[in-house]
Amino acid sequence: MEPLMRISELHTRFHTQDGTVNAVNGISYAMQPGEVLGVVGESGCGKSVHALSILRLIQIPPGEIDAREIWFGGRDLLKLNDGDIRKVRGREIAMVFQDPMSSLNPVYTVGFQISEALMLHKNMNKQQARERALELLNLVGIPEARKRLDNYPHQFSGGMRQRAMIAMALSCEPKLLIADEPTTALDVTIQAQIIELVVRLQQELGMAVMWITHDLGIVAEMAENINVMYAGFIIERGKAHEIYHQTRHPYTLGLLGSLPRIDEAPGTKLISIPGLPPDLIGLPQGCPFFARCAFREERCRLERPVLEEAGSTGHTVACWRWQEIDAETLRKAVGGAQ
Amino acid sequence: MAKYILQRLISVIPTLIGVTLVIFLFQRLIPGDPAVAMLGEHATEENVARIREQFGLNRPAFLDRDALVEGDLPGFFDSQYVRYFNRLLQFDLGDSIHRRIPVAETLKERFPATLELALLSMFFALLIGIPVGIASASRRNSWLDGTTMIGSLLGVSIPIFWLGIMEIMLFSVFLKWLPSGSRLSPGVSITPITNLLLLDSLLTGNFAGFWDAFKHIIMPAVALATIPTAIITRMTRSSMLDVLQEDYIRTAAAKGLSERVVLYRHALKNAFLPVITIIGIQVGTLLAGAVLTETIFSWPGIGKWVYDSILGRDYPIVQGVTLLIAVIFLFVNLLVDISYALLDPRISYD
Repeated sequence: MEPLMRISELHTRFHTQDGTVNAVNGISYAMQPGEVLGVVGESGCGKSVHALSILRLIQIPPGEIDAREIWFGGRDLLKLNDGDIRKVRGREIAMVFQDPMSSLNPVYTVGFQISEALMLHKNMNKQQARERALELLNLVGIPEARKRLDNYPHQFSGGMRQRAMIAMALSCEPKLLIADEPTTALDVTIQAQIIELVVRLQQELGMAVMWITHDLGIVAEMAENINVMYAGFIIERGKAHEIYHQTRHPYTLGLLGSLPRIDEAPGTKLISIPGLPPDLIGLPQGCPFFARCAFREERCRLERPVLEEAGSTGHTVACWRWQEIDAETLRKAVGGAQ
Repeated sequence: MAKYILQRLISVIPTLIGVTLVIFLFQRLIPGDPAVAMLGEHATEENVARIREQFGLNRPAFLDRDALVEGDLPGFFDSQYVRYFNRLLQFDLGDSIHRRIPVAETLKERFPATLELALLSMFFALLIGIPVGIASASRRNSWLDGTTMIGSLLGVSIPIFWLGIMEIMLFSVFLKWLPSGSRLSPGVSITPITNLLLLDSLLTGNFAGFWDAFKHIIMPAVALATIPTAIITRMTRSSMLDVLQEDYIRTAAAKGLSERVVLYRHALKNAFLPVITIIGIQVGTLLAGAVLTETIFSWPGIGKWVYDSILGRDYPIVQGVTLLIAVIFLFVNLLVDISYALLDPRISYD
């Protein structure tokens, strides 16, 4: 099957006064139509930047996007002119952002902000767009939607604003929805509602969803595939159950080990990953995780590992020693055993 | 909203009383005597005394302590200020000491000239300042931005009187393109409707008159517009830079909106609050700047008039003009405050 999107060797850099920040470092992957992909990693690992690069929402300069291709819907997004990439934004690929408090324009009504994309991409007139906006607000479960249409964002609660953001993103029935940590700023109960909403809409509308998060727990339930990112690299990629049950990369193991689990014996210590991610200006020559890795050896310092198949088809990992790694060894290595 | 506007209008009254007190006091702190200014240094003491008597200048400025000591209560309050204030309550600004005609009459005649100059300057300032500020912010650190920043720094730093003289030297003296002063050439007339010559000439279809009036107003308007243009440009730029960092700007771009729509629809409305505040304050700068500009270009407005009146110690004129400027300034800033609520739905005065 022709993939929905194929990214190869995407690099995103920012040229700053202190030097070049290598935010995304040659990542490649494909997404199928209707697929739910989880992109996981800690703050500053390039997960949001890579998503913004797909839509070319990075400011150039200081940014620079360089890739062999970002294939989407039969063309290379990087080769489109400014007018054509704008037709992709909002219509074929839509985005929902992290902070619903600041992602809506405070001086326009929610209804208008949803209508805007419809008038632009679907050539609707004001009235048609308003009717469609009403349907969308109903779709995302906003009570008394007709009244809410003329509300301003400050009259909405956080969870409702994120629903409105989702309504806005879905307005033109995109083929891909990129959700960039859409629940991070919300209460846990609201988080669950938003996740449920997106999962339901994904199934109803059949669109692909890229869910960016630092929370492995969230994507475990919803994603088919997971990309684990670190320092601008994809360091492990596979089916969700493979990432959870046949974890191969020490970083992924650390991430999983840092989550409390209800089925573990009481008193089990959580694993914490010592240190900080590397400075993205002047990356180390070898493995980017080298400095924090409990399994490191000389080779890791000198040679950067590339993604290679680990065990099953489609499960790839960028680690020289993936065969020797499991949770128990890691636990012992970092002294987290009971 | 109506309640708010009413409250604000009422609060204008004490402010204006304060303005009259301050201007009354400061005028009398400047050395000099209207009677002497009028009659010349060699006037006899009797003549000076007669003029002083005639205009009540022999009375104390605010209150008469001596009269109080003598138990003369009406005399205690019979001061220049109280006399002035009583006439003011009857909407009478008093009479000019030198020309002995009502201040209000001359004000009516001269104010349109200043208003026209100030409006055109503000028009220039907005026409240039806002788009350049936006363009500069959206292309931060480009050559355009750099040029704008240097230009606006020059704009706020160049003294109006120097710029005015340079304009006259270049365009009137060397190139002989533009007249160096007054509102119209001799022999040109425009049927008065509003007394704003550009507007009247257009309304009456007098295009020759329009062109003549335009040639006269362009230099003073540019000189007067310099500082407000520079300040509005800088404010628009910095306010836009703040707003362009906001998440909702990224949301707007992610919808596929063009850069122009993102800038002018999504960013500008948010960035406009500080800009409009500055515009309100610039009205004050314009009116103050009018004093200098009108003097340089012999513009027959209230600025030149008040300048001559300060030199001649013609107190009622200075008081009248100051009061008018204060009223305009307060009114414009009330409009600014009202416009906040129109621009930003989060602001409400109810």
